[in-house]
Amino acid sequence: MLGSRTKTVLQRLWQALPVLFGVIVVTFLLTRALPGDPAVYFAGPAADANSIAEIRKSLGLDLPLPQQFLIYLGDLSRGDLGQSLSTGQPVLTDLTTRLPASLELTFAALFLSTMIAIPMGILAALNPGRLVDHACRLLVTMGVSLPTFFTGLVLVFFFYYLLGWAPSPIGRLDFAYLPPPHVTGFFTIDAMLVGDLETAWAAAAQVFMPAVTLALFTLAPIARMTRAAMIQALSSEYIRTARAAGLSSRKVILTYALGNAMLPVITTLGMVFSFTLGANVLVEKVFAWPGIGSYAVEALVVSDYAAVQGFVLSMAILFVLVNLLVDVIYTLIDPRVGSEA
Amino acid sequence: MMQDHAASATAPDTVHETVAHVSAVDPETTRPASTGNAFAHIVYVLKSNPVTLISFGLFGIMIIAALLGPYIVPYDPLASNSAVRLQPPSTDHWFGTDQLGRDVFSRVVVATRLDLFIAITAVALSFVIGSMLGSLAGYYGGWFDTISGRMIDTIMAFPLFVLAMGIVAALGNTVENIIYATAIINIPFYARVARGEVNIRRHAGFAQAARLSGNNDLRVLAFHIFPNALPPMMVQISLNLGWAILNAAGLSFIGLGVRPPTPEWGIMVAEGAQFIVSGEWWLAVFPGVSLMLAVLTFNLMGDGLRDMVDPAQRT
Repeated sequence: MLGSRTKTVLQRLWQALPVLFGVIVVTFLLTRALPGDPAVYFAGPAADANSIAEIRKSLGLDLPLPQQFLIYLGDLSRGDLGQSLSTGQPVLTDLTTRLPASLELTFAALFLSTMIAIPMGILAALNPGRLVDHACRLLVTMGVSLPTFFTGLVLVFFFYYLLGWAPSPIGRLDFAYLPPPHVTGFFTIDAMLVGDLETAWAAAAQVFMPAVTLALFTLAPIARMTRAAMIQALSSEYIRTARAAGLSSRKVILTYALGNAMLPVITTLGMVFSFTLGANVLVEKVFAWPGIGSYAVEALVVSDYAAVQGFVLSMAILFVLVNLLVDVIYTLIDPRVGSEA
Repeated sequence: MMQDHAASATAPDTVHETVAHVSAVDPETTRPASTGNAFAHIVYVLKSNPVTLISFGLFGIMIIAALLGPYIVPYDPLASNSAVRLQPPSTDHWFGTDQLGRDVFSRVVVATRLDLFIAITAVALSFVIGSMLGSLAGYYGGWFDTISGRMIDTIMAFPLFVLAMGIVAALGNTVENIIYATAIINIPFYARVARGEVNIRRHAGFAQAARLSGNNDLRVLAFHIFPNALPPMMVQISLNLGWAILNAAGLSFIGLGVRPPTPEWGIMVAEGAQFIVSGEWWLAVFPGVSLMLAVLTFNLMGDGLRDMVDPAQRT
């Protein structure tokens, strides 16, 4: 017999399937909703009636919609997202070469914001109504109101133009440095792996401002959720019991209250990841960051259709997988699951 | 709350009064029903919460700018004048001038109308569609609930800004499509709130009473149950307006929807971005700050409205 934890995890995996299917259907419909005739579009401006008909046939656009969908599914299962018109490469290749840049930025931002938001949420929960609580509330309200692309520009103005502390906001590495040999695709880590501290520092300096921009945006939901979850945990009976049993307040707060409060915070992190994937697009444009977001923006500008839809689909799949992972982690660390077995 | 409804169900003539009471103020309050009391409650909340008062004030200014903007600005927002290119803020040009010598202040004020129009239209669309879907799903349940629930889950499975990008790319790069895209990504929030609120009142005493006095299902749903869902929906609308403005401005920042030279905050920030690194900050900062203030206003109003309709959720 399966343990209740394994059972919950399997159940969750099973539930993700219809969502994944729905995502693929929506993306398929979006590719077919192209204004005008997709065949004319994919044939390019120099096409005549013959080549358009040929393209239509090769794309399967003369077939009924359900059959087109099956072909689309077949293409997807082979990892074929179509060809990008602007780069001439398969969309999947383009996306995988640019993904590490985006992930490096996203992880740096999430690391920064959790490092600030969780302690802040805890402090606010421990001192409700005091100064730190108000500061937390103010930051949360400001954080959700800030347009990321605008915060990025303000940071550039202060730290690059006025103070000169930050490097010029263009790309992942200054022109003076060579990219480190590819291992993980994260420049900072790759440079450290080969012991090139100077390049690692330059790459870290470059990622700092866009990461702060994204972090400011993601601070708010994490701090808010940490505060709420901590307040709830601190007012519960097991905390009262722990205090009455004479445990140190450090142990009570950090082990028992925080341990339980982390569950909703982890769920929030999954949601925040979704925001970040959207906000990435804007931040990457501001900082000329060569990730998948700026790839999508470049593709949008030149109406590179397959590239945009490939981007939308892969972001959605990534998001479904992240949420799945978050739920599985939740199940694994939730002390209530499986306790009655 | 349930006892409240059960009591009113025994006397059908008080049903409407109870519904009106519930829609005006929080359903959890046990104070007697009257509009005067609801008004007093609003005044009380506004007095005790100056931030909400300020946000209502800012909202008023935004509405005035949107309605009268084009008639009160000192310069034509589209008129370029190469003699005054890239001038910093001065008494002639409060917010300075841009790379074509256009007055930034006039452009920022005139842009209010377009930004608010996009956000309000989009939110109105998602409110109407979302609340219809959600109410029907919450009232009837069954296959309709399952299918609409699945559709909503699918929308929520996308990173929402990315989905909006995909929709605009697929439908075509116009302002209307920005509105549709923003509406689609906001539908789930309304549908979920409406479904939950309708579902818990489906068999409430006042709904049974309305049904017994000869109203058909749709009438009961639309005039007796749905008004109860309005207070939480109002909060959602206010918060959503902030997101909708951010979303639309973000889309035009990356070059979708609004085209230059139309004054719009997102596109003005995008155009001013290249001048930030050379120190001409006013091009991007003033439209950016206006955008931020607009979003902040709607978020603070949303928080204030939540305090009015549902003090229990106050954080």
